[in-house]
Amino acid sequence: MVELRNITKDMMTVVEGSYAVAHATKVCKPNVISAYPITPQTHIVEELSQFIADGEIENCDYINVESEFSALSTLVGSSATGARTYSSTTSQGLALMHEVLFNASGMRLPIVVTVVNRALSAPINIWNDQQDSVSERDSGWIQLYAEDVQEAADMVAQAYKVGEDPDVMLPVMVCMDGFLLSHVYEPVVLLEEDLIDDYLLPFDPKYKLDPKDPKTFGAFAPPASYTEFRYAQEQAMSAALDKIEKAADDFYDVFGRYYGGLIDEYKTDDADIIIMAKGSIIGTIRDVIDNLRENGVKVGLLKVRALRPFPKDAIKEVVKDSSVVITLDKNISPGVNEGALCTETKACMYNSDINVPVIGYMIGLGGRDIPEDTIENIVDEAKEVINSGISTESQFTDLREDLI
Amino acid sequence: MKEIRVHGRGGQGSVTAAELLAIAAFSDGKFSQAFPSFGVERRGAPVQAFTRIGDKPIRLRSQIYEPDYVIVQDPTLIDIVDVAHGMDENGIVIINSDFNPEDFNLDTDAKIMTVDATKIALDVIGRPIVNTILLGAFAGATDEINPESIKEAVKERFPGKIGDKNAEAVQKAYDMIREGNK
Repeated sequence: MVELRNITKDMMTVVEGSYAVAHATKVCKPNVISAYPITPQTHIVEELSQFIADGEIENCDYINVESEFSALSTLVGSSATGARTYSSTTSQGLALMHEVLFNASGMRLPIVVTVVNRALSAPINIWNDQQDSVSERDSGWIQLYAEDVQEAADMVAQAYKVGEDPDVMLPVMVCMDGFLLSHVYEPVVLLEEDLIDDYLLPFDPKYKLDPKDPKTFGAFAPPASYTEFRYAQEQAMSAALDKIEKAADDFYDVFGRYYGGLIDEYKTDDADIIIMAKGSIIGTIRDVIDNLRENGVKVGLLKVRALRPFPKDAIKEVVKDSSVVITLDKNISPGVNEGALCTETKACMYNSDINVPVIGYMIGLGGRDIPEDTIENIVDEAKEVINSGISTESQFTDLREDLI
Repeated sequence: MKEIRVHGRGGQGSVTAAELLAIAAFSDGKFSQAFPSFGVERRGAPVQAFTRIGDKPIRLRSQIYEPDYVIVQDPTLIDIVDVAHGMDENGIVIINSDFNPEDFNLDTDAKIMTVDATKIALDVIGRPIVNTILLGAFAGATDEINPESIKEAVKERFPGKIGDKNAEAVQKAYDMIREGNK
């Protein structure tokens, strides 16, 4: 199934992306919200504070804190008692949560955090790329990436559905590009309050902190048992692969909107060239593909929704008959000269009978705009790879030679 | 699809103008998208905001390089920003100014129109805030949007008397542009 949206215009309203996400969060009935404001996440938590002040979210506390470290620590304690919890952050704020991220995933607490993706300092930069969340890919959190405002909002509900599944019990980052999605006004269907109970069950974990039945979370695990905790986490990630697909299918059944499960495809059936990417760049890529298809270029899109768990089998299935794969990454691992999709896509094909060349591009770093021309030029370079093989495996896009 | 770029200075409400345009276009039955140029917000610094209006859902998320229309809130920007950059001869540049269009020597084949939005603002609203007024001029100059939809969007954003005054000023700018182009 490819993207399907049964939407009529009378269902939609034009709002800012941050509002749509805050509204969706409200509809999911969290019990505890804790966050620290930081650009470009600020509007989300402002809207949520307003909802709380107006008494629009029942049984919910908004706990003010002095840092992101405390915000997530607050949610760790809250979630362990069986509360549904939410936060949102970005960039340096997510980096400050780093230590607590591992506590949340290790204690198997299905906290949901909207990461409004932004570059990391230094040099200081408030604009969008995805270095912040990609840098946390080993933290044991499920990571989902949204293409537009509608998906970013609906994904909050899907995140609770997946994270709180008894076979998963993992925290989830819903990643949306800063400014590009958080500050855009566009038509959306605000998540339907009257349908949510058909989709999301109340959170009722098997184990919770309760004075009447005392337990300890995240206590001591010596060498004799620590490995098995890590193994269980990996098993949960593995279970999440199917659960993410099911959460997307169930969402379609209840709300009539589908954005793909682990991945989505666009015009890949006969594609020689497949562009892989995640986040708000997907919309621009769809337009580029439509233009190039008119000129006979067989190009398609593989949209990655889940970076963790990484959908190796789904990706291999899509790319196996293509001639070249382009990965577009708004992040880099310095010293590898590659972004995450490039490295991981190559890795998942090794030891298989698929041997498709992969070329990687670091793009849109620190908010640099991505015009259609830039992607068209990359597709031209991919055509050269089909004809004469790889000359440059991975590179920066639109480098300004005058500054180097 | 039509692409609109709003040039202003921080604090003049360029982003709000772009957003209200998107809201009004949607209530006209179109799809729309509005976003700021993501500058570091400083009062007085040159800023840009963008709106796209189309018959289909808008997927493109790049900034706007070849606008169909440009709105300039502050004519002093013209000395420091190439406001008509990327426009062709079918484009229209709407400038807030009491000068005539021919007084502006822009490097473009696009049509230039002026409206003294600051005077309308001072007369009707009592403050020199011109963002909503220029949307009235935009509706009059381009026929891309129903002025009633702009007035509705303005009144919803600014409830009460201030919204009513703004709507009145929107209509006045619309009428003036229409009058000047008979």
